[in-house]
Amino acid sequence: MADRTSRGHAAGPPLPDDRNAVDGSAVDPGAVDRSAVDGSAVDRSAVDPGAVVRSAVDNWVPSPVQLERLAYRRARTRKSRLAAAASTVALVVIGALVVVNTPGWPQFRDSFFDLSYGWQVLPQIAEGLWLNVRLMVVCEAVILVVALGIALSRTLRGPVFFPVRAAAIAYTDLFRGLPLILVLYLLGFGMPSLRVAWLPSSALFWGCVALILTYSAYVAEVFRAGIESVHPSQRAAARSLGLTHGQTMRHVVVPQAVRRVMPPLLNDLVSLQKDTGLISILGVIYDAVLNARIAQAETFNYTPYVVAGLLFVALTIPMTRFTDWVARRQGWAGSGGAL
Amino acid sequence: MRRDEGAAARGATPERTNETVTFPDTGEPLLRITHLRKAYGSSVVLNDLTLDVPAHECVALIGASGSGKSTLLRCINLLETVDDGQVFLEGRDITDPRVDGDAVRTRVGIVFQSFNLFPHMSVLSNITLAPRRVHDVSRADAEEQAMAMLERVGLANKAKARPDELSGGQQQRVAIARALVTKPVLMLFDEVTSALDPELVGEVLELLAELRDDGMTMLVATHEMGFARQVADTVVFLDGGEIVESGSPNQVLEHPTDERTQRFLRRILDAGRM
Repeated sequence: MADRTSRGHAAGPPLPDDRNAVDGSAVDPGAVDRSAVDGSAVDRSAVDPGAVVRSAVDNWVPSPVQLERLAYRRARTRKSRLAAAASTVALVVIGALVVVNTPGWPQFRDSFFDLSYGWQVLPQIAEGLWLNVRLMVVCEAVILVVALGIALSRTLRGPVFFPVRAAAIAYTDLFRGLPLILVLYLLGFGMPSLRVAWLPSSALFWGCVALILTYSAYVAEVFRAGIESVHPSQRAAARSLGLTHGQTMRHVVVPQAVRRVMPPLLNDLVSLQKDTGLISILGVIYDAVLNARIAQAETFNYTPYVVAGLLFVALTIPMTRFTDWVARRQGWAGSGGAL
Repeated sequence: MRRDEGAAARGATPERTNETVTFPDTGEPLLRITHLRKAYGSSVVLNDLTLDVPAHECVALIGASGSGKSTLLRCINLLETVDDGQVFLEGRDITDPRVDGDAVRTRVGIVFQSFNLFPHMSVLSNITLAPRRVHDVSRADAEEQAMAMLERVGLANKAKARPDELSGGQQQRVAIARALVTKPVLMLFDEVTSALDPELVGEVLELLAELRDDGMTMLVATHEMGFARQVADTVVFLDGGEIVESGSPNQVLEHPTDERTQRFLRRILDAGRM
């Protein structure tokens, strides 16, 4: 509010009307508004977003100095965009030339970039990818719940909860250290070999369990970092209102913690998305990677792997952009004022 | 999930909490602090501190930074466990580990120097949180009470705003409304104007003076000597975790007898805060 007030003062009284008369030709409010809107879409720093509002509010007309600045910034933006485009094209062309001129390029192209074969196996691999997507959704839901539970159990105080805390610490230490592939082998091949009647023997099930166990350890640490980043004064304020430890966590600490760790959380989600491809090492799971392997085995052409890879990338890119968007939108979380 | 002492006490012998209540003689002060000690490691912050706050009175705690004012308030609200001594609220020893700390805190409101509003909630939600979650008030009733309280602190038009959209003075008034809405018997104010720009101090101090006139029992740690003089019934000067001098504002602020009080007041005077 103080901020807004001061901005109001900075705007000051409307400029006298005769000001435009000095340089009438250059001052075209419509043009300024347009450029301001364009500018804010491309380069936030170029144009004060308040400018448009202010002109509407108090009939403000930018001074010649300001117009000159805007023109200069536009020119600079144009120039740097051209430079960026030129350097990108140059880099791609050089890179392509280098690869294409290697001695083994024709064979390489035929076994990795066989377009017609790639197109032929695409439906099969895409079908497998659908399994990966479903796996990812199910695992992620379970992981978020388990990880938050582990992170919260580490915040419990008092001797009564020592075993809970110790178990949570041991769990994260173990599963963050173990390579995912070992966990997959251990559970996927080990558990069914116990031949316990009531244990599921499906490789898919144990693959999911391995992913959940491994990723929950990572995500629990992300949650814990978020919980610890909430300033103790927030806890003091909540407890002073009579909220219990649990209520404080539920209504005050965790909501703030989750907002703060959104970017690393989504990062782990992206990582999980591609790691679902690993569970096909357990054999009989027809996901994108196994389908690619089957297609590759038929012709000894590696293009199906490239197709699977591209599909995974296509899947993660929207997720990555979403992560960036969330991070930007959460900008406020970093500046808690006096907190 | 609660504090372990509380949980253990409730789990083992739930009725014992009630047995520890000692009913006082009538006329006992609302808050009585006896021989309170609190140390962090080797630094003794409060040393053998004894203080009474009678009902409906306003006691101002003055003293330099680090003299123990904040720690004293945090001990009264059980945000810190004391090392020795007792704190009686309405005759009941609240420093007894068998006492349910959460229940005590629902009856003692505290307002902090740095507001400590919950940044992810609207102003209205900040105020309705405790009534709804601790006192099981329905959403509609809680919001009605909250709006009445916002009206009182002059911020009814900010109910939907986020804390970071408010000025410091407005945030602090919301924090006061948040503490008042559960109808505490005692209010603690921990240098509530120290983080405010000079022109915003007045609106908060005015609110405090109104509260005092309404009969709220208040313990106010403050650097505002003008406020202490005009509003407080008793002024207590703390130094090194001990009460050096206490009495009426006139006595302590105008005619201090202890040399340490005189020195402190002279420094304040030189800084132009009086």
